[in-house]
Amino acid sequence: MLAVKNLNTHYGNIHALKGIDLEVKQGEIVTLIGSNGAGKSTTLGTITGLLRATSGEVWFKGENITSIPPSQIVKKGISLSPEGREVFPALTVEENLQLGAYVRKDKENIRTSYDRVYELFPRLFERKKQTAGTLSGGEQQMLAIGRGLMSMPQLLLLDEPSLGLAPNLVVMIFDLIVSINQQGTTVLLVEQNASMALSIAHRGYVLETGKVTMTDDAKILSDNDMVRKAYLGNI
Amino acid sequence: MEKISLQFDRIKEKMNFIKPNKKRDFLLLATLILALPYIINSQYLLRIVIMIGVYSILALSLGLVTGYAGQVSLGHAAFYAIGAYFSAVLSVNFGISFFITAPIAAIAAAICGLLLGLPTLRLSGTYLAITTLGFCEVVRMVLLNWEKVTNGPLGINRIPRPSLLGFDLTLANNGMYYLMVFFLVFTTVVMLAIVRSKIGRAMMAIREDELAATMMGIKTTTYKVIAFVVSAFFSGLAGAFYAHMIRFIDPNTFTFDTSIMILSIVILGGMGTIKGMFLGAAILVSFPEVLRFLQEYRFVVYGMVLVLMMRFRPQGILGGQKKTAYKLPKGVIVDINSNNSSIEVREAMNTVEEVI
Repeated sequence: MLAVKNLNTHYGNIHALKGIDLEVKQGEIVTLIGSNGAGKSTTLGTITGLLRATSGEVWFKGENITSIPPSQIVKKGISLSPEGREVFPALTVEENLQLGAYVRKDKENIRTSYDRVYELFPRLFERKKQTAGTLSGGEQQMLAIGRGLMSMPQLLLLDEPSLGLAPNLVVMIFDLIVSINQQGTTVLLVEQNASMALSIAHRGYVLETGKVTMTDDAKILSDNDMVRKAYLGNI
Repeated sequence: MEKISLQFDRIKEKMNFIKPNKKRDFLLLATLILALPYIINSQYLLRIVIMIGVYSILALSLGLVTGYAGQVSLGHAAFYAIGAYFSAVLSVNFGISFFITAPIAAIAAAICGLLLGLPTLRLSGTYLAITTLGFCEVVRMVLLNWEKVTNGPLGINRIPRPSLLGFDLTLANNGMYYLMVFFLVFTTVVMLAIVRSKIGRAMMAIREDELAATMMGIKTTTYKVIAFVVSAFFSGLAGAFYAHMIRFIDPNTFTFDTSIMILSIVILGGMGTIKGMFLGAAILVSFPEVLRFLQEYRFVVYGMVLVLMMRFRPQGILGGQKKTAYKLPKGVIVDINSNNSSIEVREAMNTVEEVI
């Protein structure tokens, strides 16, 4: 579904992505793990057109989408829930969701999307008239993911959904990611919490200083000694 | 008991007129606005009211850029000046009627807004503020030095009055007042239409979080430019009106102070509101007049009020109010009782009801 081929991205003189190759197949949860500055968010930024690739290609459903503007990419069915849950703080929960459906033309079907998001996150339904800035961290993360779903993406990109959340909320968010995936949305998950990410993913990529150093089934990766030492914190 | 409750109902019925009633309130307000010149019956006061109207138009236009799209412009006096000079030069040199020069002037200001906006709206925050500030100075310098057209520091004199079907609109016959009301209503209607549409929603999303707005598929630069161009158009219109009302303009009318005045109105009234712009303009324009008894100390008081305002109510007088529920577009109903909603949602619904 998504194929990234030899992708290079620079921030000024800094060579952030040094030839990334990765693939996401329909129906999968794929996770990108790695430490700070490995290039995880840069990869997502380049896929979604926020950053320009210096070379390399991004293909989505057989179409070359390298460096086309973000608005086009959203229309093609990729949605990003950005790092640090960037919701629109002064707008209500409902308005946030409404903006998630911004590129959609099929007004009649938007209601089903609301239903779906409210089904996944009943908490958001309770608070739909509340401004997003007054939500708790976990609720804001739910809103960021829910808003990402409003554009009916075929591929949902999640950037650090567990960031700054209490452990029980992390478990809850990951359960929800699994159910979103089971409903038919392919997920590319970027996480620092490698053990959680590998526990729900089908496949994983390990990123180190802008390069993919390892890729395998999530099970095999989480049993791998090197990965365990570097990212899982137990030997 | 029954008697008492009947009595209560009667009293309630009689008190009914105090309750807000949109249609009636609107009619009252409209009557008040139309009858105002006859109520106050003073040219001095009427002139102040007209200036409040002009500044309301300016504040509404800056409010779209700053209050809704979140981009700070310190150079709105430039568009005001461009509108005023364009209309004045055209009507003085070529004898064209105000009703033709005013739209031309507004469009000229809008084009300048586009030319300034396209390269600079990729900047954000402080950088944009400084750029617009610079633009305002550039415009003022051009007005001062392009003597052939603008008559330099002497300004343009004897700008003809607007005349409609051979009938001169003046301050004395209230024509200028009604013309101002027309322009103000026009501006307000356009602004309301923009703010309540998908475009307005996109602008608010940009104000709240530009990155997240981009990820929703919103072309942020496009919407910022739209806000800027619409804003410049109405500022230019206000400028044209001002030139033909005062009948004399010079570069000193359109300095940085004017830009700051417009921005103060927007901040004082409440960013991201429409009503606040009228209130802010009314307060800040009438302030120097009301406080005339304080003589030169009035500007100290004026400054103090703004400082206190920022300390105790930074969101502005009408800003930051509880928002009314957002209306979904037609055909979109979130019906939780419908069959395709899951049990979880209905449970959530029940808990909400319990809380209530």
